[in-house]
Amino acid sequence: MENLKEITMEKLLTELKTLKAKTDDMEDSRKDQLSIAIISGDMDKIMATMIVALAAAAMDSQVKLFFSFWAIGALRDPKKQGKGKNFISKMFGMMLPKGRNKLKLSKFNMLGMGPLMMKGLMKQQNVLSLDEMFKQAGELGIEITVCEMTMNLMGFKKEEMIDYPHLSYAGATTFIVDAGESSMQWMI
Amino acid sequence: MTTDALSGITVAKSVDARGTACPGPLLEAKRAIGTINSGDVMEILSADEGTKQDIPKWCKKQGHEYLGSAEENGYFKVYMKKK
Repeated sequence: MENLKEITMEKLLTELKTLKAKTDDMEDSRKDQLSIAIISGDMDKIMATMIVALAAAAMDSQVKLFFSFWAIGALRDPKKQGKGKNFISKMFGMMLPKGRNKLKLSKFNMLGMGPLMMKGLMKQQNVLSLDEMFKQAGELGIEITVCEMTMNLMGFKKEEMIDYPHLSYAGATTFIVDAGESSMQWMI
Repeated sequence: MTTDALSGITVAKSVDARGTACPGPLLEAKRAIGTINSGDVMEILSADEGTKQDIPKWCKKQGHEYLGSAEENGYFKVYMKKK
């Protein structure tokens, strides 16, 4: 009887140890980090992304933004030009918005009247402009990763992207890894 | 803290964020908190209603002490103590 008791206690302790290691692992693997995959290139969605990203960064959460598909238009610098583009890339370049100030609204766009009215309203209501939001994001260390595959697909060139202090290029795996260790994940 | 107790408090730093909407006041508060010492009281002036709910949450996460808010004419003041 004495022997049996000892064994169970020992087993119990080992079980507890394994369990503790597991919970420690889980705690460690979830960082105070926000990962957002941005696919939409609409002005309202980019704005929502930036507002939430800035709020998170102000709370000292690490923020990682992954820009892909239509969202990449928001990262184009209107003053820069990509070189060596083929016909299709040039067409894409012409049809997609050239920079964050040329984005369309997902609703009430009205041939560009909507975004103008929205910008006027934002100014009137003291909402930060997209230009200011990107500036603050840079200062707060918000990281932007651009989808390399979309860059190739749409024929965008790195030399036509904005000057941003924490800009890098990577693939979907990077987003999955970042999102996996984040306590907050978004897709918009 | 009551409004009366808040009005008598010594403020080390006043952040006027009335000219900015969400998340502006939070960004300005974050910037200002680095300039004051532990135990100092900071007040944030805001006309953005959401700030009243956001600052307490920010304080809770960062470990600062949220003291309360007071209504003024057309804006309000939020008080907090740095940890």
